[in-house]
Amino acid sequence: MLVVVPVAMLAASILRPRGDVWSQQWETRLPGELWSTAVLLAGVAVCSTVLGAGLAWLTAAYRFPGSRQFGWMLILPLAIPSYILGFLTLSTVGRTGPLQGWWRDTFGQDAWFPPIESMAGAIATFSLVLFPYVYLLTRAALRDQAAGAYFAARTLGAGPNEAARRVVLPLVRPAIAAGAAVVMMETLTDFATVQYFGVDTVSVGVFRIWRGTYDRDAASEIATLVLAFALLAIGFERIARGRARYGQSGGAGAGIEPRRLTGWRAGAATAVCGGVVMLAFAGPVIRLGEWAIREQLTDRAFSDTRGYGGYLWHSLQLVAITVVVCVAAAILIANAQRFGNRRITRLSARASAVGYAVPGPVVGIGVLLTVVGLDGLLETIGLDLPGAVTTGSLLVLVYAYAIRFLAPGLGAVEAGIGQVPDEMTASARTLGATPARTMWKVHLPLSRASLFTAAVLVGVDALKELPIVLLLRPFGFDTLPVWVYNLASESRFQQAALPAISIVAVALIPVILLARQLDRPDP
Amino acid sequence: MSTSRPRPRTVVRLGALGVAGITVASACGGGGDALQIYSGRHYGSEVAFERFEEETGIEVEFLVGNDAELRERIAAEGEETEADVYITVDAGNLAAAAEQGLFQPISSTVLDEAIPAELRDPDGLWYGFTIRARTIMYNTERIGVDEVPTTYEELAEPEWAGRVCMRVSTNVYQQSLVASLIATHGEAEALRIVEGWAANAEIVGNDILLIESIAEGVCDIGVANHYYLGRKLEEDRNYPVDLIWANQDDRGVHVNTSGGGVTRYSSKPAEAQQLLEWLATDGQNVLVDASHEYPANPSTTPAALITEEFGTDFIRDTLNASVFGSLNADAVRLMDEAGYD
Repeated sequence: MLVVVPVAMLAASILRPRGDVWSQQWETRLPGELWSTAVLLAGVAVCSTVLGAGLAWLTAAYRFPGSRQFGWMLILPLAIPSYILGFLTLSTVGRTGPLQGWWRDTFGQDAWFPPIESMAGAIATFSLVLFPYVYLLTRAALRDQAAGAYFAARTLGAGPNEAARRVVLPLVRPAIAAGAAVVMMETLTDFATVQYFGVDTVSVGVFRIWRGTYDRDAASEIATLVLAFALLAIGFERIARGRARYGQSGGAGAGIEPRRLTGWRAGAATAVCGGVVMLAFAGPVIRLGEWAIREQLTDRAFSDTRGYGGYLWHSLQLVAITVVVCVAAAILIANAQRFGNRRITRLSARASAVGYAVPGPVVGIGVLLTVVGLDGLLETIGLDLPGAVTTGSLLVLVYAYAIRFLAPGLGAVEAGIGQVPDEMTASARTLGATPARTMWKVHLPLSRASLFTAAVLVGVDALKELPIVLLLRPFGFDTLPVWVYNLASESRFQQAALPAISIVAVALIPVILLARQLDRPDP
Repeated sequence: MSTSRPRPRTVVRLGALGVAGITVASACGGGGDALQIYSGRHYGSEVAFERFEEETGIEVEFLVGNDAELRERIAAEGEETEADVYITVDAGNLAAAAEQGLFQPISSTVLDEAIPAELRDPDGLWYGFTIRARTIMYNTERIGVDEVPTTYEELAEPEWAGRVCMRVSTNVYQQSLVASLIATHGEAEALRIVEGWAANAEIVGNDILLIESIAEGVCDIGVANHYYLGRKLEEDRNYPVDLIWANQDDRGVHVNTSGGGVTRYSSKPAEAQQLLEWLATDGQNVLVDASHEYPANPSTTPAALITEEFGTDFIRDTLNASVFGSLNADAVRLMDEAGYD
C-alpha cells in the first residue's frame, strides 16, 4: 500500500498532457530522442546479454587458466557507478584524453580515431558497467537448475554444444531475460552519463525540458515516454522468459561439470575474460587510484578530505537502513504472494517496477509531493509534527530509496521463495504453523542465498545512487556520491577520484561476498 | 484460513518501530538556530560561509545541489521549507524562483549600493554576487588574435564551419546566452544565428572539455565561461588558449550572475539579509577569488590572476538577468528548432 500511493501520485503528476510543448517537441527533438533511446536500449541489452550470458557459460562450463578467479572477478564491475565510468572513459580515451593525444602526436593532427563521444561509445560503456547483472543471474541459474538437465542430456548422447543449446539455454532463459530487463531499466533511467557521449535519450529530454523551461508539466509528458519504454522492457522480459517458472524442485547446486580447454582455446578464453575485467574494472580502478594519489600530493588535499569520515558514515547509514527496509518489504510481499491473495501482491510488484523504471529525480519529486501532502493532511487532523520533520528528514530519503530499489530486491526474494516447493509450504501449514511462523522457520532459511543476493543488489544500488539523495537529503547529510557530484559537476574529475574510489571500495565488500557465495554449493 | 496480511502483532511491532524511527529522524532533522541555505554553488563556498560565521557569529548550514532541483524542492516544501536563503549559479533560475514567488522582497541600501542595477532584481527579490562572462576563446598557436571573430553573431558565418566548439543545449549557461540573443535580436534573427552555430559547431559536453578541445586543436574557437579558463591558466600559465571579450563594439559580452535571495517563508529573514549583505561587500573576495569569477561589486578588486590574464576593463552587456531568465524556456525551444544539439 505504501508503495502504491507515491507511485500513483507520480503517475498522476506525470500523465497530464498539455498541447503546446508536446507538439513542439514532436516536431523537433522527440523523434531523434525516441530513436536514440531505442537504439541505445537494444544495443546495451544485446551487448550485455552476449557478454554476461556468454561469459557465464564460459566460466561455468569450461576450465582454463584463471577460470575460477575470473568466475568471481567478472562480478566486480557492479561496484562501479555508471557516472564514474562515464567520465573516466571520456577522460582516458575521449578526444581530449591522453590516448588520443598520443595518437594525434604520433599519426598527425587529423588522424582518424574511432569517435568515443558517440552511440557506440555509450553502448560500450553501459554494457561494461551493466553486464554483471546478466552474468550474475545466469551463473546462479546455471548452478541451480541447469546442472541436472545438462547431465541428463549428455548421458542420453547429446554432444556438449547440442546439450547446451537445446537443454541449458531454455532453462536459463528466464534468468537472462530478467538480467536484460534490469540492464535496460538502468540504461533508460540514466540521464547524466549518456550526455557525456552526446546521446540524447528521452530521459535526457525530460531533464532538458524540466530544467530549461521550468515547466514540470511539460517534462512530465516526456516522462510518459520513459515509462512507455519501461513497460516495453518489462513486456519483453515476460515474452523472453517464456512460460518457464522459477523453481524446479530445489536446485541440484553442484554446477555443471566443467570441461578442460586446451591450446589456443584456453588462451583465447583467458584473454577474453582478462580483457573484460581489465576494461570494466581493473583499468578504471587503476586510473582512479592514480588520480587520487596525484591529488593527495597537491595543496588542496587537506581541505578536500576534511569531511571524508562524515561522507562515508552517512553513506553507510543510508545503505544499511535502505537494505533493511527493502528486504523486509520484499519478504513480506513475496511471502504474502505464497500465502494466497495474489492480486494485491502482484499489484505491488508492478508498482515497485515503476519505481525502478523512472528516473531518480522524478521519484524524488513524487515522494516530496506525497510527503508534503501527508504533512498537510496531518495538520488538518491537528497533528502538527515539528517543522518539516517529514520533508527534510532521513525518513523521506529512505522512503524514496525504498520505492526506487524495491524492484530488484523483490525480484531476488521472489526467485528465492519460488525455489521453495509449494508442497513444503503446504506441509508446514497442515502441521499447524501460522503463516508468520512458516515464513520465519521455513521460507527464510531455505532462501537465504537469495535474501543475501537481494540485500547486495539493493545495497550496492543504494550506495551508488545520486539524483535522489541530492534532491531529498536533510542538511548535513552528504554521502559519497554527493561528494563526487560536487566535484564532477565542476569538471574537477581528478579531485573526484578519491570519493569515487571510496564508493567502489565500499561496494566491493558486498559484491565480493556475493561472488564467493556463487561458487559455494547450496547447503 | 490462510491470511495474506501480516498478523496484528507484527503490525503493531512494525508500527512501534516506525514511530520510533520518525522520532529519531526528527531529532536528527531540522537545524534550529542555524541559518539554512540551499545552494547551487558547489565547490568552494564552504570557505565563504565559514568566514561569515567567524565574522558575525551566525551559524550557517548549507545544502548543495542542482539549481533547478533545489528550486523545485523549495516550491514543493512551501511554507514548511527549511531554507532561509536560496543561492544559484545562474540568473535564469533566480528569475524563475522570483516568478514562482519563492523569494521575499528585501529593501537594503547596502545591497542596492553594492550591486549594480543590471545584476539584481528591480523589486529586491534577488541579488547577484559574481559575474560569469561567457565569451569567445581561441587557440593561440593555431589562429592569430586578429583573425578571431569578435562577435557571437559572427560565429554563425559559414567561414567558421568546422572550426568552432560550443556547449550542449542542456546547459543552463548556453541557454542564457541564447536567451540574451533573443532579447537583443528578436526570435527570427536569433533562430538564424543559432542555426548557423549548429551548422558550424562541434557540440561538447562541458566547458572544461571545450577548452581542452581548443587546446588540443580539435577546434580553433569556442565559447565558454571565463573562469574555467582561469582555472586552466592557474595550473599552467602557458596554456595555449586565450580569450577575447565578445561584442565589445556593440552591447558587450554576455554575463551571467550567481546570486541569491531570501526565501518567502524563511524563519530568519533578518539574518538572511545580513548574509546577503555580507556576500555583497566584505565577503566578495572570499567568494570570487578561488573560483576566478569577477565580483559583482564594482568597488571590489578582482583576483590577481584574472586581472593579469584577462583584464578588468571590458564592456558588459547590461541586459538585466531577469530578462534573459524569463526567456530561458524560449531559448530551449529555439535551440530545438534550430537543430542545435
